[in-house]
Amino acid sequence: MSTAPIQAVPPDALQQVTFDPTMEQQIAELLGRYPTSRAALLPVLWLCQDRYGWISPGVVEAVARRLELAPAFVEGVVTFYTMFHTAPPARYVLQVCTTLSCEVCGAGELLAHLKERLGIGPGERTADGTFQIVGVQCLGACGGAPVIQVNDDYYENLDRTRLDALLTELEAAKE
Amino acid sequence: MEPVLLRARGIEGSRTLASYRSRGGYDGLRRALELGPEEVTKEVINSELRGRGGAGFPTGRKWTFVPKDHPGPKYLVCNADESEPGTFKDREIIEYDPHLVLEGVAIAAYAIGAHTAYIYIRGEFVRWARILEEAIAEARREGLLGPDVLGSGYALDVWVHRGAGAYICGEETALLESLEGKRGFPRLKPPFPAVVGAFGKPTVVNNVETLACLPSILTRGAAWFASIGRPRNTGPKLFCVSGHVQRPGVYELPLGVTFRDIIYEHCGGIRGGRTLKAFFPGGSSAPVLTAAEVDVKADFDACAEAGTMLGSGGVIVLDDTVDMVEAAANLAHFYAHESCGQCTPCREGSDWTVDILERILAGHGRPEDPETILRICRFASQGMTICPLGDAFALPISSLLKKFRSEFDERIAAATPAPQKKYPVLPWAGPRPGFGR
Repeated sequence: MSTAPIQAVPPDALQQVTFDPTMEQQIAELLGRYPTSRAALLPVLWLCQDRYGWISPGVVEAVARRLELAPAFVEGVVTFYTMFHTAPPARYVLQVCTTLSCEVCGAGELLAHLKERLGIGPGERTADGTFQIVGVQCLGACGGAPVIQVNDDYYENLDRTRLDALLTELEAAKE
Repeated sequence: MEPVLLRARGIEGSRTLASYRSRGGYDGLRRALELGPEEVTKEVINSELRGRGGAGFPTGRKWTFVPKDHPGPKYLVCNADESEPGTFKDREIIEYDPHLVLEGVAIAAYAIGAHTAYIYIRGEFVRWARILEEAIAEARREGLLGPDVLGSGYALDVWVHRGAGAYICGEETALLESLEGKRGFPRLKPPFPAVVGAFGKPTVVNNVETLACLPSILTRGAAWFASIGRPRNTGPKLFCVSGHVQRPGVYELPLGVTFRDIIYEHCGGIRGGRTLKAFFPGGSSAPVLTAAEVDVKADFDACAEAGTMLGSGGVIVLDDTVDMVEAAANLAHFYAHESCGQCTPCREGSDWTVDILERILAGHGRPEDPETILRICRFASQGMTICPLGDAFALPISSLLKKFRSEFDERIAAATPAPQKKYPVLPWAGPRPGFGR
């Protein structure tokens, strides 16, 4: 099983967003779970990020309109949480855990290896848009330290060899 | 000890309803529906079950704070945020036994009279959110959840609600704000969630592991549960062991086992022939214990007597190679990043602490720095903040300073940069590593 790449919709195509009937149906279903429409905000943002790859200003506008919230409120929520992409992400976002258990078990070595192999560090992305590295706080998988989350998937007990194999697999799958 | 919470681990196909039923699954819920809400609550009070999320509050008593005659809806919220560093137990239960969680949710919801329950799971746990959703769909199809639970006429809907990356949302009132679609800003208490919780209604928030204890309490009885451990510290507990041990992982052991047994007997001791230097007994927010304190019992009261806390049961083990100034800096980074920013002592205090520790690591420490950090920590704890994140940051940092003071003083006196680590983490982690920002 290989991690699915993120297919980010380009910014130009996300300036004005209209939800298609499938999305509308999913949003209606989500609204049915809560006593207020505002409570559906995180689930609807997840739906959008799964669909478009990221949360553009146009997506914020559309979500605000649909849930009858102020765009500034939606923007405030989007930026409070670390997992919403506010710019188009690379196909694979490598989230390297840097908190204590991972640090003492070799997170630094993984970062060094990523720098050597990909030429990038946290906050940077490869020129071809394949990889992006983010230093993150505890991923809740400390027994498998050091841990990297790639898009939705966890990779645990990593060392240079296993990280190499993972990168090679992801590079091969991108075409 | 015969496993209770991790009984399904290692059984093939253990996640399915059929497999869960073959282990007596949903018998506890059936028994609960026969007993009625008050008897269920009484049974849980008698079991002396204490919350497994970190605070250790008696679960049954928490339920009794919900006003019985409240006219409108009430809610049960399962806290699966699992964000305390060193903690990875809830996903182990969900991975192997999602129906155990759902049965616990149903029992608790029934006891407090809730007809809607939400499972709030951290955003990163995509896989485990999916596992729960599949289990919910299966349980609904079989009439174990939905409009008529087990033909009793009791109705219960359960929904999975994903967070989106914020440690603070593990704090119950921040979690409720997040559930309501807002930023995860903790609320002032009182009112407590049992009275004014989700959507302004009475709400009980219980941890995954707490809820997973309920089915066996119902089927095997409160006395059986209370026979494990010791009075006021009863039942099985999941210990998540990480760091420098031979065999890190999740271990189910009776409360009251010593940390020595956990680290040396169950986890095979310290890896690479090194020696134990220190360990955080209950997640990174629990004050550190030194190697000399390894015989402390791992339960709520023994940890409190030792000046720390059992917390979530996340045991982070550090060997003699660990530089405690760097460990403090790592944790300070974590709390500075995760502070929600509402309260000055926590927001500014954690940032200042990062600055001072980095100054010490860079060889520019001042003699008064340790005392300054301790003063900042005093201001951030002792009820000076809305929520316990202030304490969560201040207590472990000040414990490192108090117990390993000489390491800080020596580094400052040397006035030279810390030896360059072969693979540094901190300068790359950055104080605010968010996506795309």
